[in-house]
Amino acid sequence: MKKLLIALMTTTAAMSLAATAEAADKLKACWVYTGPIGDFGYSYQHDQGRLEVEKALGDKVETAYLENVSEGPDADRAFERLAREGCKIIFGTSFGFMDPEVKVAKKFPKVMFEHATGYKTSDNLGIYNARFYEGRYVLGQIAAKESKAGVAGYIVSFPIPEVVMGINSFMLGAQSINPNFKAKIVWVNSWFDPGKEADAAKALFDQGADIIVQHTDSTAALQVAEERKLHGFGQSSDMIKFAPNAQLTSLTDEWGPYYISRVQAALDGTWKPDNVWLGIKDGAVKLAPYTNMPDDVKAMAEATEKKIAGGWNPFTGPIAKQDGTPWLKDGEVADDGTLLGMNFYVKGVDDKLPQ
Amino acid sequence: MDITVNILLTIATAATPLLIAAIGELVVERSGVLNLGVEGMMIMGAVGGFGATYLTGSPWIGLLAAIAMGAMFSLLFAVMTLSLATNQVATGLSLTLLGLGLSGMMGTSFVGQPGERLPNLDIPGLTEIPVVGRLLFGQDPIFYISIALTAAVMWFLFKTRTGLTLRSIGDSHTSAHALGIKVIRYRYLAVIFGGACAGLAGGHLSLVYTPQWVENMSAGRGWIALALVVFASWRPWRVLAGAYIFGAVWIGQLHAQAFGIPVPSQFLSSLPYLATVVVLVLISRNKRLTMMNTPASLGQPFVPDR
Repeated sequence: MKKLLIALMTTTAAMSLAATAEAADKLKACWVYTGPIGDFGYSYQHDQGRLEVEKALGDKVETAYLENVSEGPDADRAFERLAREGCKIIFGTSFGFMDPEVKVAKKFPKVMFEHATGYKTSDNLGIYNARFYEGRYVLGQIAAKESKAGVAGYIVSFPIPEVVMGINSFMLGAQSINPNFKAKIVWVNSWFDPGKEADAAKALFDQGADIIVQHTDSTAALQVAEERKLHGFGQSSDMIKFAPNAQLTSLTDEWGPYYISRVQAALDGTWKPDNVWLGIKDGAVKLAPYTNMPDDVKAMAEATEKKIAGGWNPFTGPIAKQDGTPWLKDGEVADDGTLLGMNFYVKGVDDKLPQ
Repeated sequence: MDITVNILLTIATAATPLLIAAIGELVVERSGVLNLGVEGMMIMGAVGGFGATYLTGSPWIGLLAAIAMGAMFSLLFAVMTLSLATNQVATGLSLTLLGLGLSGMMGTSFVGQPGERLPNLDIPGLTEIPVVGRLLFGQDPIFYISIALTAAVMWFLFKTRTGLTLRSIGDSHTSAHALGIKVIRYRYLAVIFGGACAGLAGGHLSLVYTPQWVENMSAGRGWIALALVVFASWRPWRVLAGAYIFGAVWIGQLHAQAFGIPVPSQFLSSLPYLATVVVLVLISRNKRLTMMNTPASLGQPFVPDR
């Protein structure tokens, strides 16, 4: 029933778009979001990027977006709709849009497509991503310093490489400080359900975790941390207002500069499918001001951030896989391909990866 | 011991919105009207509750606003289906779509604003009693409302003459009409009651469960409430059982995961749905009794001949 509903919503949203798509000469840039732009998380940040494009390029562009598009076959329709309505460049912002976008890109060779966090490209489909794992390494170090129990609770959505990579990087960071650090992992199988995220946070705190990390989109888990007078990390946007005493920092995304450069390239006619992976040094991954922690922890976090910005990769050997088999030799750095397809845990993660 | 209490409290919080919305819908369906707009009314209640709290600073006013918002929104459904005799399924679905969209629009300026939580009950001397104190005397006000509401609806439907009349309308609106009962008036009141309940459930989401406003924050809970009513075969106490089974299995599976039980998390996540359906099917095995409980004219539009 919910599926049907979302399908209906997508179609109605798309139809209402059609009415406003008449302006000529302007380049039309379009976005597809998996969540509502009011989630104050992942989709919200992408939409902020869209607004920056509007601001920077003014009346040379016209933008449109579809929100709440469910991942999977429904997304086909959303992309096709936008392409038919004259969008010249379309950004799909969620991993699950990958196959639908590949399919629709084939059908509309003149439209430029961009897909976030995926790994498939074609003549008119480029990919872009942010190295969130860089920030997660810093979170891991802070968690290990700040946790009294030595146990973090980690709320995750779906077992895709992006998320697995984040867990691994977090654990590597934590274990660089405290080799015995543990993380309890709970999969909520949803990107966005504040209630579920709050429940998961409560369950994790009840089981002895005293710091919460999330790879889901709402502020609910941090609010629970605030209520329990414990700590946690925000996600996607700065959530300090929701948890003034609980948020240590927040792993935020800044898509604006990238979007502006791509839409500009489309305007200039220089657009080519790209494969970029932006990190802390590009300003695409940012850590919100460090709060609620002693100065030495803050200094350590800043130093690590700087080290990563300087080109150091958290996935630098020696690193063993979960079962103890060696993965990276001393000094060896993981290549991007392996990271983007990551489907195994590193040593020390106390969870069985859902397949 | 503390962890058990915490788990029980978490279960109650998860079950309360489902219970309230489902109890409201149960009354609506008992009167023979099928309102699929629960999700929409719920989310309207959530945005209304949050908005009023944000503007006035008082979550109590927010609570009332949530109820009023749900009731007002259901009135739209009532006018369409009862006075204009439109198709109930289609109207209910569009009510949900409208609610999701409208609430998002109304809530634009509330996004990213922290909310005010409705305070928990705190009775000096009683709330501090170990174990039972927090369970019985330390929960949020809406929890108590939900339990009282269930009892009141049970009493109303099965112990009062008005309740009997309402059920008879649900079973055969033509007969009821022939007896001189004001079918449409009863149904109006039932639908508005259902809307108020859904609004209150939404208020629970934005004032207690997760004190914030984000679009789509009901995340399908209205649909679960609708399903609960059917699986509970329109019996209030079974709705209560269903909501709590759902909540318990949901929270249980989170704890199982955090504990590190090696069962695929996808399976664990689907467990609440499975378990609730299985249990409710088991307790309503008696076909004849289920038939008896099903409102016979559910979903049929009623146009009085004169």
